[in-house]
Amino acid sequence: MNIKPLVLGVAIMLGVALLMGASLWRLRNRVSGDTSTSYTQPVAPPASGAIEPVTLYVADDDTGMLIPRKSTIALSGDRQQRAEGLLRELVSLYLAKSSPHPLGPGSEVRDVYLVEPGLAVIDLNADFANGHRSGVLVEELTMASLVETISANVPGIARVKFLVDGKERETLAGHADLSGSYEVSGVTQMANALQDSQ
Amino acid sequence: MDSKNQFAVLKDRLPSGLRIARALTCFCSILACSALLLLRVSADDKRLTIYSNAASYSIPVIDRNGQEYVGLLEAIDPVGSVSASAQGSHWRLRYNATESEFTEGSSHARVRGADFDLRANFLLENGRGIVPVASLGNLMSKILGGPVTLHEAARRVFIGSVAIHFTAQMTKAAPPTLVMNFTAPVNPMIATEPGKLMMVFSRDPLVAPGSPSLTFDSKAIPSASYLEENGSAALTVNGTAPLFASFSNGNRTITIAAAVQPETAQGSNAAPPPQPQATAPQAPPLISAAPPPTSPTNPGRAAAPYFAVIDASHGGSDRGEDLAGGLEEKDVALSLARVLRQELQARGISVLLIRDGAITLSLDQRASMTNMVHPVIYIAVHASSEGRGVRLYTALLPLGGRSAGIFVDWDTAQSAFLSLSETGASGIETELQRKQVPVRKLMAPLRPLNNIATAALAMEVAPPAEGKPDVSLPSYQQLIASGVANGLLSVRGRLEAGR
Repeated sequence: MNIKPLVLGVAIMLGVALLMGASLWRLRNRVSGDTSTSYTQPVAPPASGAIEPVTLYVADDDTGMLIPRKSTIALSGDRQQRAEGLLRELVSLYLAKSSPHPLGPGSEVRDVYLVEPGLAVIDLNADFANGHRSGVLVEELTMASLVETISANVPGIARVKFLVDGKERETLAGHADLSGSYEVSGVTQMANALQDSQ
Repeated sequence: MDSKNQFAVLKDRLPSGLRIARALTCFCSILACSALLLLRVSADDKRLTIYSNAASYSIPVIDRNGQEYVGLLEAIDPVGSVSASAQGSHWRLRYNATESEFTEGSSHARVRGADFDLRANFLLENGRGIVPVASLGNLMSKILGGPVTLHEAARRVFIGSVAIHFTAQMTKAAPPTLVMNFTAPVNPMIATEPGKLMMVFSRDPLVAPGSPSLTFDSKAIPSASYLEENGSAALTVNGTAPLFASFSNGNRTITIAAAVQPETAQGSNAAPPPQPQATAPQAPPLISAAPPPTSPTNPGRAAAPYFAVIDASHGGSDRGEDLAGGLEEKDVALSLARVLRQELQARGISVLLIRDGAITLSLDQRASMTNMVHPVIYIAVHASSEGRGVRLYTALLPLGGRSAGIFVDWDTAQSAFLSLSETGASGIETELQRKQVPVRKLMAPLRPLNNIATAALAMEVAPPAEGKPDVSLPSYQQLIASGVANGLLSVRGRLEAGR
């Protein structure tokens, strides 16, 4: 029996497999490199969509309150993209030099999922939680700011849940409980207490 | 009017109270029948547990002719490749490459070509071969070709060397602590009742120590006992005070600590002197208590053993916030908690201090400890470099499940006590304001407040003012603690009545 064609076939297949492996390895390295650089910059809100007035509820460390701030940003008509755009705009404020409530470098809102009926799942990246300052008030301000901003500008959100890198996490930075989900009305009550107690 | 309409009219004329009572009676009857049925089922539920390196599993035991039987195929199936076939009164079992043959109504079987005495007749039920439990140890040993140990009375089977052993040792620390070390990770179910902490090992091949009864040279934890029955092992630790269990070392160590009871605390664990400076906490005790004096406001009333549970937040590997001046929140919180304990005791308020040392406690452990001693109020102590003054928090409750009767939803256990918590916060706020301390009354999604089934608050103590020294200043801690203690004293009656 002539086994030459068989050996040749196997050799070609091995060669192709090696080439594919090398190509995949290069692709993987390129993707991981891209990821590490993408987290160093805040993500800008989507440029598409109409520019419209919104109210951002900005945490202010000096007063320990939320300050409503009128702004105009380009927002998509899609509710989910709108929610993401709003929160990314808010986070970019916190990452700016003159931030009233500084967040750790690389903090980002990865995604917002709107799950009917009325549940918004806010997925933060690991830098957001790992780099967050620890403390009951400072963590509470962050949560209240995100929830009040999204619920004031995206209709129909009644409950919120936070994830970090797509996973449940016990606390934001040692205090604010992220393991449960919260009624927006409860968070609003909490935000009102922040205003009233000053 | 036909009979159907007459009935409808009659029904309409029945007083609504009577209709509700009838519906309730019907509902209660159904509930009682269901409960009886459930109880009967659970009482009859005999199990046999088999432990092996591959899996630990439990199979049902059935009674036939006064003997306990189990299905042989179910007993062996999880440990290897096994099949069975029935031909008339004969039943053949094939395990890997070996064959065994059984005959219905006969106590003799052929296993691996040799005769085997089953000690009672083999039974065949709908093609399922069942064998007496009494013979299972030797039978499985023959079939599997390795050592198998049967604890017949407890219905536990150990395949190979899977047994987990343990040692128990009392430490001389105060409060007394029993440290149990296991040779492999364990995951028991834990239940408590007054004077007892029970650990049931249903999936862990735990075996008895040298003696099933262990005695310790401790008044708080005098003894423990080992018992195995119905396919599980149980360790019961007896105590004269509430007992708490915590896991460590990858679930290889269970530490059981006793809350020092009022009478035992006298003398041996009297209130320690105040330690206003934030210093590194010393080694355990996990918790410490001082005797609850008789209530001066309500001398005749049966009071909770501890009026207040003070919880120094964080601790051990959980440092909390990195505070100004290189301090860690866990240390300052402990220092503050100790000063607060001293101030409360000086006002005749009994206190249990959770975490009186450098230990790590989970939020669930803190809530469990608190709920077990049923205090009037729980106060978690936090410290911060952000802002100024004191921030008092009541719980922002997460969405939770429903409480059903005596079963309270863990995530929202605080819901029934929010107004009491508010009362406590208001009392403290007033007194702190009287002392010119800036104070804010807030809500926060802060565990374990939501898990506490009594009035519950957290206080976050920040520096007195911008540019002022940090929160570890002894005079500042004293000022805050005395304000909080005065505040609690001012609403003590309302808190006790509210319970």
